Amino acid sequence: MGIFSLYTRREWINLAILIAIIFVIMPLSMDIFRLNLVGKYLTYAFVAVGLVLCWGYGGILSLGQGIFFGLGGYCMAMFLKLEASSPENTTIQSTPGIPDFMDWNQLTELPWWWQPFNSLPLTLIAVLVVPTVFAYIIGVAMFKRRVGGVYFAIITQAFAAILTILIIGQQGYTGGVNGITDLRTLLGWDIRQDDAKFILYFVNGALLIGVLMIAQAVKISKFGRLLIAMRDKEDRVRFSGYDVANFKIFIFCLAAAFSAIGGAMFTLQVGFMSPSFVGIVPSIEMVIFAAVGGRLSLFGAVYGALIVNWAKTSFSETFPELWLFAMGGLFIAVVMAFPNGLAGIYRSYVDPLITRYWPSSAKSTPSPLKAPAE
Amino acid sequence: MNPPSIGNQAPIDPAAPKDFLLSVENLTVSFDGFKAVNDLSFYVDENEIRVIIGPNGAGKTTVLDLICGRTKATDGSIKFRGTELTKMKEHQIVHAGVGRKFQNPSIYEDLSVFENLELSFPRGRNVFGALAFRRDKEVIDRVEEIAEMIFLKDQLNTEAAILSHGQKQWLEIGMLLIQSPELLMLDEPVAGMSVSERVKTAELLNKIIQNHSVIVIEHDMKFVEDIAHRVTVLHQGKVLSEGSMDHVQHDPKVIEVYLGH
Repeated sequence: MGIFSLYTRREWINLAILIAIIFVIMPLSMDIFRLNLVGKYLTYAFVAVGLVLCWGYGGILSLGQGIFFGLGGYCMAMFLKLEASSPENTTIQSTPGIPDFMDWNQLTELPWWWQPFNSLPLTLIAVLVVPTVFAYIIGVAMFKRRVGGVYFAIITQAFAAILTILIIGQQGYTGGVNGITDLRTLLGWDIRQDDAKFILYFVNGALLIGVLMIAQAVKISKFGRLLIAMRDKEDRVRFSGYDVANFKIFIFCLAAAFSAIGGAMFTLQVGFMSPSFVGIVPSIEMVIFAAVGGRLSLFGAVYGALIVNWAKTSFSETFPELWLFAMGGLFIAVVMAFPNGLAGIYRSYVDPLITRYWPSSAKSTPSPLKAPAE
Repeated sequence: MNPPSIGNQAPIDPAAPKDFLLSVENLTVSFDGFKAVNDLSFYVDENEIRVIIGPNGAGKTTVLDLICGRTKATDGSIKFRGTELTKMKEHQIVHAGVGRKFQNPSIYEDLSVFENLELSFPRGRNVFGALAFRRDKEVIDRVEEIAEMIFLKDQLNTEAAILSHGQKQWLEIGMLLIQSPELLMLDEPVAGMSVSERVKTAELLNKIIQNHSVIVIEHDMKFVEDIAHRVTVLHQGKVLSEGSMDHVQHDPKVIEVYLGH
């Protein structure tokens, strides 16, 4: 077992193609404005990859992934906002040195829970830990009580709605409906510059590949097969000696952590974070990315996020009011006609072609019995 | 072929009086006032095949549900080797050595026969254990050994969904065997099986009991006769009669319940 056994030969090629698209083709074929847009789309791929594991494999449909995307994004935004609100930059405020929206809301002091976000290491920890702990609390509360299926989906929706309302309502602490805007520098490095956007795009791509590999390691482990088993026959898993709730909590937390990384990268690349990326609609959109890409395919999730977002941008530039209908139609079409999304189409039409013209590439799939016994 | 090893045993207290493997005493469960199982007591010995029969609604499946923790008892006790099961969670009861087969074959259809058995192998049963689990020689040997017992040795790479109904039943029995439980509970293992499959299943069960105790719920009287050591007849949540097949068949109360009115 090493990194080479992570993928079959065919899958290594698929990974190489994805890397080539993200790191070579996109940067060479686009100006920085479009590349930054692609970078933004790719931050949603983090969420979609988590959903593939959680929903596609584990059967746990979360319609609240925006919560974790948003929490990750807000953690990052809080750090950047504090850096942008240095006393020198905010001399015109009645209380210099605090974020502008706090000053507008008559706050005279930085709230205690904003304090840790003065430190970048603490912020990076918070980006991962805050959403994961939140997911853990939801997971324990739901899965230990055996809440599942559609009830779980609805409750995650409710959490997404509650968090949005909370953020909007607590304007003095969160920036309210506008979110946290006017972010400028990361440790003095201006993230609004084109070259910074260029570098952030590559950092984002590298993180995404890393997340894909972690997800793949989970997928091919016994844990991955247990996820399928739980989706299929939860009781059988329980009566085979597994505490099913713990497995669900873990995968839900992992998906939340992935989403949070995406959220933080979103803030860095787009330059703001607002409640419109937390609530019900964005959370459902994220499920659509995974569904269109193929909910059983980790690579598919990335393509799903890219294609749906690209379609959204180009479509809503021309017919802004029709986009929601197109999105709904797309979702219905995928579920009705291609339940395994683009990856399913690839598997049933493209893969056989490759096998026909290049049979040797499929051989390295290890049969379960011939797996090396190390 | 090696005899199946007995692993994963609950520790046996040498001071405890070594009596029954399973003692069910005064067990009662009530669903909104309806007592599906009512003050039920019975005892199962080591290496015994006990068959539970009874008309529909007698509470047979509920008794198994109570033992394996799927349903919580309202009152009474279930002791397995001196350990009280009524307060334990399902997976802890499995760890204590009780395996349960469901009425409808309950297997993972999207996984291969090999993977179905592997997931039931008693190792790596917590989150991090499952992430670190390796398919080593011990696992492969054990899976092959069990697959041979359940007549599926040639089908290890077959997707479980395309197995025949009888093969699915065997696979689920195999998934129990690989856990090496001391007590196996089978809910209608031959339901829907062909005659030849039934014969093979009886043969399989007779092989199994060399190392396990088995509780079987079954309607097929021919099959019951073939395998049972003792038979418990349930009726309206209570034991109506208990003893050898011959004994219960001639018990006037049993005849009354099955044929009377």
